[in-house]
Amino acid sequence: MALEIMEGSIAIAQAVRRCRPQVVSAYPITPQTHIVESLAEIVANGELAADYITVESEFSALSACVGAVATGARAYSATTSQGLALMFEVCFNMAGMRLPLVMTIANRALGAPLSIWNDQQDSIALRDAGWLQLYAEDNQEAVDLHYIGYRVAEDHRVLLPTMVCFDGFILSHTYEPVDMLSQEEVDAYLPPFVPKYRLDAANPVSMGMYATPDYYLEFRYENDQAQKRALEVVREAGREFGKLFGRDYSDLVESYRMEDAETAIVAMGSICGTTKDAIDEMRAEGKKVGLVRIRCFRPFPAEDLKAALANVSRIAVLDKNISLGAGGATPRGAVALELKDALYGTSTPVLDYIIALGGRDVRIEDIKNVVAACEAGDGDRFYGLRTEVL
Amino acid sequence: MALNVGCTAPPGRARDNRTGSWRVFIPRFDHEACSKCGMCQLVCPEGCISETEGKEFAPDYTYCKGCGLCAEECPKTAITMVQEEK
Repeated sequence: MALEIMEGSIAIAQAVRRCRPQVVSAYPITPQTHIVESLAEIVANGELAADYITVESEFSALSACVGAVATGARAYSATTSQGLALMFEVCFNMAGMRLPLVMTIANRALGAPLSIWNDQQDSIALRDAGWLQLYAEDNQEAVDLHYIGYRVAEDHRVLLPTMVCFDGFILSHTYEPVDMLSQEEVDAYLPPFVPKYRLDAANPVSMGMYATPDYYLEFRYENDQAQKRALEVVREAGREFGKLFGRDYSDLVESYRMEDAETAIVAMGSICGTTKDAIDEMRAEGKKVGLVRIRCFRPFPAEDLKAALANVSRIAVLDKNISLGAGGATPRGAVALELKDALYGTSTPVLDYIIALGGRDVRIEDIKNVVAACEAGDGDRFYGLRTEVL
Repeated sequence: MALNVGCTAPPGRARDNRTGSWRVFIPRFDHEACSKCGMCQLVCPEGCISETEGKEFAPDYTYCKGCGLCAEECPKTAITMVQEEK
């Protein structure tokens, strides 16, 4: 293993190169730009035999990928925020047509107000689109999830596009040591894409057909079944990755210092790095606190979470998104909404904290404050609200 | 139609969508009054009206959605829309 210190976006571009996509189509948008700039250079230098399709919008970028995957090519795209919002329609079509893709999301807030900074509202807003969603805590994981993402997406039990989500700026622009697998290693893990069906003039087929009310419901059922099957396929692909390269990703949720924990924090993405440091400090002070990190948000690992949180007294959810209007009188983010659904029937209180929206920094002290609030039963609210400006 | 993965279908499968079930009013043709001008065939958006072997114009009720355009345009008012009992 040779660690290299790299910017997150450059590491992603290098990982994508090793996945050998035959078509890359993307539209540059902050903070995803370095990924697609770097890939353009890689293709121009002849280091990746791919067609790099430049387009006029994100709608076109993902549409080009739909066409590419429909012909049986492995394709790649990356976007964030407003760009992902512009892809909305194509996202649903791609999942419905069961066309596998890996698309990197450099998570960023959605306007208005305009913000280029990080939260997870963009990909969370598309959680019902039928895509798999994997969330990385650091750049090593973000890189590895691309290999795993292709393997799962292209598995014939799944055949669904996949978003690999990593926090914009916090990860995309940060230099971290990364173990870049060699081309031979990636080739050994990720076989070429074998489409189940494809556009072929000799054997014509229409894709994404019109479904009357007699059939639509059944297509949606099949789509959901593919998500359900992905639970096991993600585990398998993560386990196989661990066997080959020593980093095991077979768990859809990661438990950190959860043994004997009384208070559990549930979160996704880079905020978990800070949370782990905060937990170490709190543990040193004798507090029984742990973290359950959701790596795979779609499909949602409800049973895994139930098991991981079976013995805690209370749960604090850090939501870097908000489902506006949800929760009645108190605010709710998507993670808390879905976690409460998974834990329905148990008596463990789940308190939600809407935190870090639009790039608001979260420090160790903030995590400690959340834990203290949760222990006092004070939650289901925004954290760090500057009431003086309201 | 079959539940193929990805909603894929070979050419011609749109025929499986039997749109006749959408119909509320059904066009009834008076072949005595018909001058065989073919206007109904021309305006039918479903393309389901054709000349039968007996040289009469008639819709294929499996696909006729009952839009009534043929009745509206028939110069001989030989087509009447009638509420269909199902």
